[in-house]
Amino acid sequence: MKFGIVVHGAPYSSESSHSALHFAQAVIDTGHEIHRVFFYHDGVYNGSGLMAPPQDEWDLGARWATLAREHGTDLVVCVASSLRRGMLDSTEADRYEKPAASLAPDFTVSGLGQLIDTAINADRLVTFGA
Amino acid sequence: MAKLLFIQSKAPHGSLFGQEGLDAILMGTAFAECNVLLVEDGIYQVLKAQDTRELGTKDYSVTYKALPDYGVSTIYCSERHLLARGLTPDDLVVPVEPLGNDAIKQLMADHTAILGF
Amino acid sequence: MILHTVNKSPTQHRGLATCLEFVSPGDAIVLLEDGVYAAVTAIEGLPAGTQVYAVRADIDARGLADRVAKSVLVIDYAGFVALCIRFSLFRNWS
Repeated sequence: MKFGIVVHGAPYSSESSHSALHFAQAVIDTGHEIHRVFFYHDGVYNGSGLMAPPQDEWDLGARWATLAREHGTDLVVCVASSLRRGMLDSTEADRYEKPAASLAPDFTVSGLGQLIDTAINADRLVTFGA
Repeated sequence: MAKLLFIQSKAPHGSLFGQEGLDAILMGTAFAECNVLLVEDGIYQVLKAQDTRELGTKDYSVTYKALPDYGVSTIYCSERHLLARGLTPDDLVVPVEPLGNDAIKQLMADHTAILGF
Repeated sequence: MILHTVNKSPTQHRGLATCLEFVSPGDAIVLLEDGVYAAVTAIEGLPAGTQVYAVRADIDARGLADRVAKSVLVIDYAGFVALCIRFSLFRNWS
């Protein structure tokens, strides 16, 4: 079965990232597929390439990256939510003449069409609210 | 055929959920049959007379008026939650169809996915 | 049939109360995150055949392992995935 996962909460400020990561891993471990993880609202902060948590805490950024690199999981942050919150890839940073990009390389920026595509084409849409 | 239900449950201005939820609704209408349900403080998103000029947030209640142009012919709300807030449909910027709890349960079950904000 | 989730404590947030207004017979509820504080008492007014589950990692983290009501089933994340497969629709009350 193909799962769409939506994350609304910021890493650490909300537990939604922890829950979504546990769920995503369980989807893979039980032999199912992740259609996409779509980050919306404050969830886009999960795409930060600048998180440096204490060593005795979960490195949420690294865990999302592992999902992408080991399982090809599609991690998408919503462009409008990202721009508002300063989650910019290098293209957007140049476009808006910002001093730096902030998005981690395993995330892609895309529009709400990807959220709707997930809602339509995944077998199940699971949302982790803030 | 996909049929998406968008549920708005948060008040405007205190968070961005309502505004970003509405953006998702507008995008959804381009790809699927969509319905909108306002529950709890989500009903406040369409309260009349919102004036955001001093505050500086966006008054997106007006965008709800455009939803019929996007194919959302009816905006549903919880009748109980409307009354609990001392409101009637006349207090809102758009026509709404208040539903009882049983009708809302049926509305939810009639869709292929639920997106909540 | 709908799988509902509640991630906030019922003493702090209306998520569970709103969820209970819209639960139909045969639906299920998963309590996770702070929502597991609702697992310590049997939830009243549930429609027939509605099972309540609570995520074990959240129960354990909050020191609630010995306090879970008998009517609540504790599940791991594999169990949560299995519930999502069983129920065709998902709604989070956050």
